[in-house]
Amino acid sequence: MDALMPPPMPPLVEMTGITKTFLSVKALSNVDFRLLPGEVHVLFGENGAGKSTLISILSGVYKQTSGSLRIDGQEVELQSVHDAAKFGIGTVFQEFSLVPTLRVYENVYLGREPRRGLFLDRRAMIAGAQNLFNELDFEIDVRRPVSALSRAEQQMVEIAKAFLAKARVLILDEPTASLTEKETRKLFGFIARARAEGVGIIYISHRIQEFAEIADQISVLRDGRMIGTVSAKETSEHALVELMTGRAIDQIYPEIARSPDGETVLSLTNIVSAGVHGVSVDVRAGEVLGVAGLVGSGKSRLWRSVLGLQPIRAGRVMLKGRDVTGKVTRELLRGGVFYLPPDRKTEGLQLAATARDNIALSLLGRDDVSNRIGFISPRRSRELADGIAARVDISPSYLNRSVSKLSGGNQQKVLFGKGFAKEHDIYIFDEPTVGVDMGTRSALYRLIKEIAEAGKAVVVVSSDLTEVMHLAHRLVVFSKGRVAAELAGAAISEENVLKHFFADTRVPA
Amino acid sequence: MTVSQGSPVLTETEAPKRNLVLAAIRGLFLRIGVLPFFLAATLVVFALVSAQFLSIQNLTNVARQSVYLVLVSLGQMLVLITGGFDLSVGTAIALTSVVSALTMVALVAAMPDLVWVAILLGAFAGFGAALLVGCLNGLGIAQFGVSPFIMTLGLQSIGAGIALFLTGGVPVSGLPFDFGNFFGFGRVLGVPVPVLFAIVAIIVMWLIMNRTIFGAHVYAVGGNVKAANLSGVNTRKVLFFSYALCALLASLAGVLMTARVESGETNLGGTIALESIAACVIAGVSLRGGIGRVENVVLGAFFIVLLQNGMNIAQIGSYLQMVLLGSLLVLAVILDQVRYRMLVGSR
Repeated sequence: MDALMPPPMPPLVEMTGITKTFLSVKALSNVDFRLLPGEVHVLFGENGAGKSTLISILSGVYKQTSGSLRIDGQEVELQSVHDAAKFGIGTVFQEFSLVPTLRVYENVYLGREPRRGLFLDRRAMIAGAQNLFNELDFEIDVRRPVSALSRAEQQMVEIAKAFLAKARVLILDEPTASLTEKETRKLFGFIARARAEGVGIIYISHRIQEFAEIADQISVLRDGRMIGTVSAKETSEHALVELMTGRAIDQIYPEIARSPDGETVLSLTNIVSAGVHGVSVDVRAGEVLGVAGLVGSGKSRLWRSVLGLQPIRAGRVMLKGRDVTGKVTRELLRGGVFYLPPDRKTEGLQLAATARDNIALSLLGRDDVSNRIGFISPRRSRELADGIAARVDISPSYLNRSVSKLSGGNQQKVLFGKGFAKEHDIYIFDEPTVGVDMGTRSALYRLIKEIAEAGKAVVVVSSDLTEVMHLAHRLVVFSKGRVAAELAGAAISEENVLKHFFADTRVPA
Repeated sequence: MTVSQGSPVLTETEAPKRNLVLAAIRGLFLRIGVLPFFLAATLVVFALVSAQFLSIQNLTNVARQSVYLVLVSLGQMLVLITGGFDLSVGTAIALTSVVSALTMVALVAAMPDLVWVAILLGAFAGFGAALLVGCLNGLGIAQFGVSPFIMTLGLQSIGAGIALFLTGGVPVSGLPFDFGNFFGFGRVLGVPVPVLFAIVAIIVMWLIMNRTIFGAHVYAVGGNVKAANLSGVNTRKVLFFSYALCALLASLAGVLMTARVESGETNLGGTIALESIAACVIAGVSLRGGIGRVENVVLGAFFIVLLQNGMNIAQIGSYLQMVLLGSLLVLAVILDQVRYRMLVGSR
């Protein structure tokens, strides 16, 4: 900014040879990264590529195993988030760092509360927070508890929190993931202003379309390595994707044959449930139904209510012509439904058990594994589990390890394996590849292909738009608890889908 | 017979009005929870059973008796809001009682002229012993990540063992007369001294929870410990001081109880862990952490003592009282779950 400053500006942040290992897993290996003042630098890569680990090190959450971190040319060691904040590093985490039970202004000031004498200066907090939101042009009553806010509003609070710190380095981890178009505009405006003031911004996003507009540099990470840094203006989308995945797109997604007129396996009529306001969808045999939408659009909760995981208030669920509305989860699973939950750690796996035992758990109740009184044949169970493991391509050496020690990709394979333990008519995959590397992904996609082509009905619910677009024969787009659009075949395009993401579905079409 | 007074009013009203009343009750339940209903029911039922229940004398009596549970519940609330709990509050009381009594007796023997110095030093020795329990709890839970259940259960046994070891299980008698006379039975401006202590503690705790950074951080840690950490809150420090402060509040109750019984007893506070958790839960403190208000907890503790007092007046035996208290606790939690579902469902 100052004309008297010497021309070669020192980088704000310089990370050299950063390596981070968790237990024995290498999350980052020998990564170099530098950020200049007044620069918007995008970090790009798949889930699990190491972006989050890298920014976690810079924001003081983790300590690097080796490598050095310089801020303004000074070598520093960050012990905590608090420490990083002292060096002017502010982070908007993807996993919200908000406390749901506290009010907005309490959250914004959490960890740096203003004081008057011994006591909290609540008036200053409320006024300061209100000012900040006005300045950002976000409309939120700062006295509301965070738990009462929508996800987009929470995201806005999270962003405001980082701006309050007057950070010189601002890290935004997928900030637009749940923002509307209008809110995104506001955020970009603010980023531009911050950049003009010399703030360095690290921006993580999967939305390639955004890059041309706001980014200066793009650094691509893959499998914990820095693949390269390119100028945003001179790089095409395709080139970025190839850098990210290390292969061309059509090698990842298999072509799934669709059986022409499969019968309806699951029929949903006007389902009303928490976050779902009247949805009708049919799922047919031999077809992959994709379900897209923002987080909180109801795309996941619809299936949870079908499965009896949250109560259905109105509507009808027909499974193979039988009314199963409001039945308990167990009965639906027995009736031929397989459900792969979105969070494998909390809902999918017995974390302390071995991979083999996790698969074997789903074998229980099969006639050839246990007899009528409930005695299990350990040998039979083991043979079958090992057979399934081979089918989903889990290396035999992993089978005796506790699943908590396996990589995300292998954990997901175990979950898929549970689906092969019994015959099902319909497979509902909610976020089938979250946190899984590209190699494993294409293996999982081939399993989905196998299932669909065997004449089963398949539902793929995913926040990964590319994934769900490439897999689906038919795609329903959710917005605000309703179906905003149903697309098929050639109509499934990114532009078409995004258009419906923010649709106001309350207005009758 | 309970209905006879209310029913004419209800029959006169028409159906829509009745719905309004129901809606108002529902709103009150959603906003405040189950405590106002429990309190009202207790007052009505026991007022009908006995005329003396609502007398000023009896209510003052209840206020005085509830001091100890109020103090312990305030501490219990603190750790419950952080998302833990403290089973060792009873031990903190027993240790305080024994240590302060032993110290006082020894000091009075050594310097008979300085009775008040002996009393104060004795009380502080008691605080110190309880603080040690609290700090060990805090250290184990905050620094080493031991679950609060195991840590405080372990210290409950350790502390009780030490108290018994120190006294051989025999009450420590021969405390200075002034100690019991002032802290146990004294009055200042007509208000019992223990009640004054409780009032000061309530005010201080209210200020801490609502007006200080520490209080804000306690709510934050209980609401979402990861988020608090990512916001730069020193979560370990918050946990540590919460358990220390909890023990200190229990210790204050311990000194006052010792003054009341005029001897150092190892069996003081035997049931207070359960009672204090019950008082908090009935008062709407969330077992998941992050939620709880000082004024409600005071009312919750008062409610439990009021209930016990009413049952005594109604001549309900102490065994049956245990059954009733346990049932109420479970009922309160069930109703809290119902309330939670209604709150979530109405969105």
